[in-house]
Amino acid sequence: MAKAHVYKRDHINTDEIMPARYLNTDDRAELAKHCLEDLDSDFVNKVEAGDCIVAGEDFGCGSSREHAVWAIRTVGVQTVIAKSFARIFYRNAINNGFYLIELPAALEKISDGDELEIDYKNGLIKNKTAGIDIKFNPLPDFALEIINAGGLLNHITTKMK
Amino acid sequence: MAMTITEKILAKAAGKDKVVPDQLINANIDIIMCHDVTTPPAISMLAEKAIDKVFDREKIVVTPDHFQPAKDIKSAELHKRLDDWAKRHNIKHYYKLGRAGVCHALLPEQGHIRPGEVIIGGDSHTCTYGAFAAFSTGVGSTDLAAALATGELWFKVPASIKFVLAGSLSHGVYSKDVILAVIARIGVDGALYRAMEFVGPALAEMSMEARMTITNMAIEAGAKNGIIGFDNVTKQYLDEHLKDKTDYTVYESDDDAEYISVEQFDCAEIEPMVALPHLPSGGVPITECAGKAMDQAYIGSCTNGRIEDLRIAAKIFKGKQAAIRTLIVPATPVIWKQAKDEGLFDIFYDAGCVISAPTCGACLGGFMGILAAGEKCISTTNRNFVGRMGSPKSEVYLASPATAAASAIEGKLTDPRGYI
Ligand code: SF4
Repeated sequence: MAKAHVYKRDHINTDEIMPARYLNTDDRAELAKHCLEDLDSDFVNKVEAGDCIVAGEDFGCGSSREHAVWAIRTVGVQTVIAKSFARIFYRNAINNGFYLIELPAALEKISDGDELEIDYKNGLIKNKTAGIDIKFNPLPDFALEIINAGGLLNHITTKMK
Repeated sequence: MAMTITEKILAKAAGKDKVVPDQLINANIDIIMCHDVTTPPAISMLAEKAIDKVFDREKIVVTPDHFQPAKDIKSAELHKRLDDWAKRHNIKHYYKLGRAGVCHALLPEQGHIRPGEVIIGGDSHTCTYGAFAAFSTGVGSTDLAAALATGELWFKVPASIKFVLAGSLSHGVYSKDVILAVIARIGVDGALYRAMEFVGPALAEMSMEARMTITNMAIEAGAKNGIIGFDNVTKQYLDEHLKDKTDYTVYESDDDAEYISVEQFDCAEIEPMVALPHLPSGGVPITECAGKAMDQAYIGSCTNGRIEDLRIAAKIFKGKQAAIRTLIVPATPVIWKQAKDEGLFDIFYDAGCVISAPTCGACLGGFMGILAAGEKCISTTNRNFVGRMGSPKSEVYLASPATAAASAIEGKLTDPRGYI
């Protein structure tokens, strides 16, 4: 079961997710300590493995730093559900084998603290708290191919061999 | 079938006669830009997969810039990893301290950007190079790693939005004001996943420097790339700067190419703009925000740290005093030397400004000019997100070098037109 951490904001950017003052390292455990620090300084204390982040439009805009994806993954977040995603963040997530859910009704159907059960294969979120089923469009095939390979580098190393 | 310039370049790079928006392609990459924040992790990823090779040592351009000169031990270690790797692979174009500079100012200046080519970089503002009629976009470390090893990358062909920049800029108004006006109108996701193609007579009057300020900020509207067609101004710049002077291919959009939308701007009506915190789309004319007290002015970055920008600032500072902390950051060593030789440093010194070595520094809140809680900075950079230049409780106001210089003198947001 996944708990939803809802941020009713559009344009949550990579400076808020992973402030540049910590980019002098790419050590993932170190980065994870500051995940979402400039948006919600308490996030790292309350997040548990398997939880989800829920947000509005254009999540992950700004810098191309993949550090944002690594931090979110390293704290154990299983997916980000947003109305839409910024382009580079979206690519970075897929390239890391990290599943994103684009859901225009994200903020209407999910409230902070809701318990969710996600069926990625069939594109279905069961919101246990609200007692509703929410459909989403699964990622396109090319993205799934990369995710299923465990990320872009695995994908290309298989192809290179 | 008719194509846009972006589609034509991507079609060529994918070895196809034509491509259409949303089509997935595998494109050959001509140039890869590497810097100190996103490349070291890419190097590590390749090492983990036991891929210790680069596709072409002559097509990779490396410069540390974000934390350079190294600001602390950790960043020194990032630089060392970059340095070891660049040496091990005998990377031909490796700009080290003394020749290193802010990546997006350095690559065009050193002649690495050619029309019709595909350029990627591990940095979101890689879209800058589109000013040279090239396709150029920013990627993360995994994409960078894949491209370094294979020389190719998957892309989804973006649909294009056409921005028609009509009219002439008024006195005291610059290309920075134009792009701030564009983003204020369409929003920070107004061009999400799209190509922003800029056309129109106002561009013809702009130098390559001024054009790069426009394409630099395409990402601030969410775009995949920004692009400007080739003309005599482009040609002249390339004649002076290109490393590889062999023929390049100039692509142009067909007259009947399809655009997802067309946005018209009368540049004569654009005033000096200031993007209020905390989004680059927060642009308002200076007349609506003048008078707000500032604590710091920052003139530099890949958006506005080129010689033309420093000349504009120096003209305004001449014989005047900065009323607030003011940092001048020439974007590359060549710009630094030019500014020194032209006597601009004397003007900045007399005005009480700090002159820095080339670095990204405070633009991303790294070092060399960080803001305390509650402080406000007028900045010629491209982003004013929460915490971008320091404390999450500080504020960044984006503007042209002219507006930043005038505001530095007054200590508050100031209309530059009274100064030039
Ligand atoms: S100057 Fe600023 S925006 Fe440009 S590359 Fe450096 S950190 Fe990024």
